[in-house]
Amino acid sequence: MTLFSRRSALRAIGLAATLLASVGVAAVSAQDRTSVKIGYAISKTGANAGGAGITTLPNYQLWVHDVNEAGGLELPDGTRLPIEVVEYDDRSASEEVVRAVERLATQDQVDFILPPWGTGFNLAVAPLFDRFGYPQLAVSAVTDKAPEFVERWKKSFWLLGGGHDYTEALAQILNDQKAAGTINNDVAVISVADGFGIDLITAARQSFADGGLNIVYDVTYPVGTTDFTPMLNEAAASGADTFVAFSYPPDTFALTQQAQVAQYNPKVLYMGVGVGFPVYQANNGDKIEGIMSLGGIDPNNVAVMDYRARHTDFIGQAPDWWGSVVTYASLQMLQEAIRRQGLDREAVSQELSTGTFETVLGETKLEDNQLRTLWLGGQWQDGVFVAVAPADREGAVAPRLPKAPWPAQ
Amino acid sequence: MTRTILGLMLAILGLAALAWMPTQLGAYGVGLLLGMTGYVALASAWALFSGPTRYVSLATVAFFGIGAYTVAVLSETLPYWAVLLVAAVIGLAVALIVGLATLRLAGVYFVIFTFGLAELIRQLVTWYEVNVTGTLGRYIFLPITAEQIYWQLLAVAAGTIAIGWLISRSRLGLALKVIGDDETVAGHTGINIAGVKLALFAVSATIITLVGAIQAPRWTYVEPAIVFNPTISFLTLIMALLGGANRLWGPALGAIPLFLLFEWLSANFPNHYSIILGLLFIAIVFVVPRGVLAGIEDGWARLKRRGEAA
Repeated sequence: MTLFSRRSALRAIGLAATLLASVGVAAVSAQDRTSVKIGYAISKTGANAGGAGITTLPNYQLWVHDVNEAGGLELPDGTRLPIEVVEYDDRSASEEVVRAVERLATQDQVDFILPPWGTGFNLAVAPLFDRFGYPQLAVSAVTDKAPEFVERWKKSFWLLGGGHDYTEALAQILNDQKAAGTINNDVAVISVADGFGIDLITAARQSFADGGLNIVYDVTYPVGTTDFTPMLNEAAASGADTFVAFSYPPDTFALTQQAQVAQYNPKVLYMGVGVGFPVYQANNGDKIEGIMSLGGIDPNNVAVMDYRARHTDFIGQAPDWWGSVVTYASLQMLQEAIRRQGLDREAVSQELSTGTFETVLGETKLEDNQLRTLWLGGQWQDGVFVAVAPADREGAVAPRLPKAPWPAQ
Repeated sequence: MTRTILGLMLAILGLAALAWMPTQLGAYGVGLLLGMTGYVALASAWALFSGPTRYVSLATVAFFGIGAYTVAVLSETLPYWAVLLVAAVIGLAVALIVGLATLRLAGVYFVIFTFGLAELIRQLVTWYEVNVTGTLGRYIFLPITAEQIYWQLLAVAAGTIAIGWLISRSRLGLALKVIGDDETVAGHTGINIAGVKLALFAVSATIITLVGAIQAPRWTYVEPAIVFNPTISFLTLIMALLGGANRLWGPALGAIPLFLLFEWLSANFPNHYSIILGLLFIAIVFVVPRGVLAGIEDGWARLKRRGEAA
């Protein structure tokens, strides 16, 4: 009898490798409180990893780093406890994110849970945050239903507004430009067939109609579309001075490229998520001048610019120009609420709801558990994505319209 | 006969014990049981059709998603039991239409078609929502607790295994064995191959639809990208293959350890999960290509032969 055939040896090696890879034990010992446990489940892999890896996760990491660097979270008695992070990957699956939050609440018994990325996932976990009594500072969730959700889940907070907020701000800009004689009354709109695109186009149809604007071209394209030339040509042929795309990456990047190739330069060019990503500026250089999108920042706000510099230093890339700074501000609110109220989640939720906080956004106070002082529209001006709407808010810059022509290739 | 009754009683006792477990566990434990039972039901239902016929179907998530979406659409207008009924009927109807059109495809063509089917239905739902209703996400606010979802899934899983057991003892089961061994011979002996396959596909798809419908209230918010997630199809497949797709308890025995392993991996190695998972899949196909149960039997037979030879 042969001792080992080659096949069984190979099998054994394969098995051993698998087993070896899975050895490793996380030791947890019960002690007196030496840290504050903060947990989160986030999409590190799968379809949502792109967005989560730009707007949410880097800010969680930066905040934990900042707090621990300063000696930890300050409690009402003045002592400081370092943050201990429990991090899970929800793999962009809603059943996973639900179970991960259950695990955080009942197995790991963390003191606070930070929300996942995306509207759908924030809603999926909202009943759990509510049942286990954790405050939920949902940032990357754009929803018009926030007031209803606050009613349903008292400890939920919604910090990025709803679709109507953004489309009404856009309609306002367009109406101002129309009144100034810069553009005509016609708008061409395309939108991506996913939750974000559909929410915004539905809101936009109403906002534009209310504002007396005329939608002359309105097309929804499926997720995964790569050739936008026919749509751009038809939009150009429609005679509209304004082109709006409620798009998502990577469509936003493709649209920017293809509009240049087609020499399509509408007087107002507004696109969706992705315009504020650091990679957008890196890839397009000075061609982005005049392009508009959601979000924006006030470049004269020292706190925001300081935050951006620290983010770039620590993470190795700049934050985006929309949700990132709000995410970081939400964490500062949590930090300050803990400083005032300690680790009692009930009291912290109450404080978040009623308190006034000093954050990178300036003085921040929630109304009905929602952040209402938001930058709703921005424009690339000289390499900075400045906020242009709402125009009456302090720090807003006047939009430069019509958009500059594309630079020569 | 007595063995059957004894087995039946054991099964009922086991079921009662499983149904009683949530009272002893916290929310996380119930969540774990729920997910596990869901996959036991999915893998068993998948194996009902794919085990004997050897048609590898990746359409699991198509039906799972149909179930979840039906609940999302109708949860406000119909009582819950009626919603489940409608979901099952829709699943059945789609399975019959699809089955009639495609069960003549064989081998890799069928695999590709079923994978495409999931995408097709997802795009159809998206198209409908975009062009007709004008909203993409839907909310499910049903007062159903995790325990209740678990009990329903447990009933479906038990029902699926019971159906599998009944089929294996019936003329249909015999016909299936012949088809699985050799389709040409089966045809010549007068078995209605297309009819048998269609019946099984329909039963399997209806159960999968129900699993999707029952699990949907847990997510509160449903959109096509969430409920038509192809990972569900692949996990179901690998679980059934690990246990052994043409054994009654095979899929369950594959689903439980794999589910627990996934859970343990994602809790302890969140950053290496995908790599370990890949290695594991390779290991499964390499070490136990016909499933754990068959592997054990093979090993046992080899040992016995060796013993006789000595």
